[in-house]
Amino acid sequence: MKVEFNGKSIEIKKVSTVSKLLEELAINRETHLVIVNNRLVTEDYRFNQDDKAKIIKVVSGG
Amino acid sequence: MKCKVCGGKAVISLRAYNSALCEKDFISFLENRVFKTIKKYKLINDKDKLLIAVSGGKDSLSLWYILNKLGFNADGMYIDLGIGGYSDLSLEKVKKMSDMLKRPFYTFHLNDAMGKGIEAISKKIKRTTCSACGMIKRYIMNRVCLDKGYNVIVTGHNLDDEASALMGNLLYWKEEYLWKKGMMLNEEEGHLSKKIKPLFLCSEREMAAYAVLCGIDYIYDECPFSIGAKSLFYKELLNRLEDNSPGTKLQFLKGYLKFIRQMNIEKNRREMKYCINCGYPTVSDKCNFCRIMEKYGIERNIIFEEYRPTYEVFE
Repeated sequence: MKVEFNGKSIEIKKVSTVSKLLEELAINRETHLVIVNNRLVTEDYRFNQDDKAKIIKVVSGG
Repeated sequence: MKCKVCGGKAVISLRAYNSALCEKDFISFLENRVFKTIKKYKLINDKDKLLIAVSGGKDSLSLWYILNKLGFNADGMYIDLGIGGYSDLSLEKVKKMSDMLKRPFYTFHLNDAMGKGIEAISKKIKRTTCSACGMIKRYIMNRVCLDKGYNVIVTGHNLDDEASALMGNLLYWKEEYLWKKGMMLNEEEGHLSKKIKPLFLCSEREMAAYAVLCGIDYIYDECPFSIGAKSLFYKELLNRLEDNSPGTKLQFLKGYLKFIRQMNIEKNRREMKYCINCGYPTVSDKCNFCRIMEKYGIERNIIFEEYRPTYEVFE
């Protein structure tokens, strides 16, 4: 499946839920949000066939 | 997951509160948290005139939006550090919010005022970019506040910013800063504006979710000079702890606030003087900013450009 991550489109193996997606990419759920079809979703969201997922990083600053 | 308030579909899980909320209830939860923080810690009083430091990022833009929504009228202040496209894009986001809120903002252009951008200045004064940036921002924010008739600077420092700074101060036992990390710094009339941090108890994740849900157009890119910053590493460590034990960051900061209140820790203040050039509080004759700028021969033509949305502002 294709996922937009840090502004780039990446290809990853198909996963069933947002939680699995974060696990697959070794991403901490505290530091990222997942948006599916332009809507913010929780970790238990189950992906459908044509879903467009986007992961955004929330940490900023220096 | 279901919303703990209404039972509808949740859009965010809040593990620190053992909760999950739908869009409407999350927005209301976050705004309420900011309101309660302001009231509980008496951050704002009726006579205060607020100026918020906005960077174009999620925290400061969301806070500007929330304050005005809650009835705390605040104007904005943007410091253009001269970081090419990054600064230009940030300024665009600030303008957009100013138009939306119908509130004016001031811009300080570092290149115009000091003949150089932040990178060149930091090299010239032999400091890291973050250190030079911090010093200049603190000084300029205070100056615009005093020059333009405001008495409170509001900043968008969030729970993660504060927890990582506290962690850094603890690790190196920086006693001079350790007990000064509260959410308010008092005013010294005519010299120093009051500084407040209403997002002190709101996490970075919550703020990003709020911005996304409210359609706030913020700059996603990080400051190019923050790459490799220690504070980002501390944030990463704290978030690993948080993932393992939800609520850790909140307890860390709440515990700190309780500790400094209970212990009534005397903030080790040296005798304060005021800079003979500009009046800024200092421990010697001249403030750090004036001293460094003079030492390295950097001009200081401090002027602020005012952006006023085309419509009238009603108080």
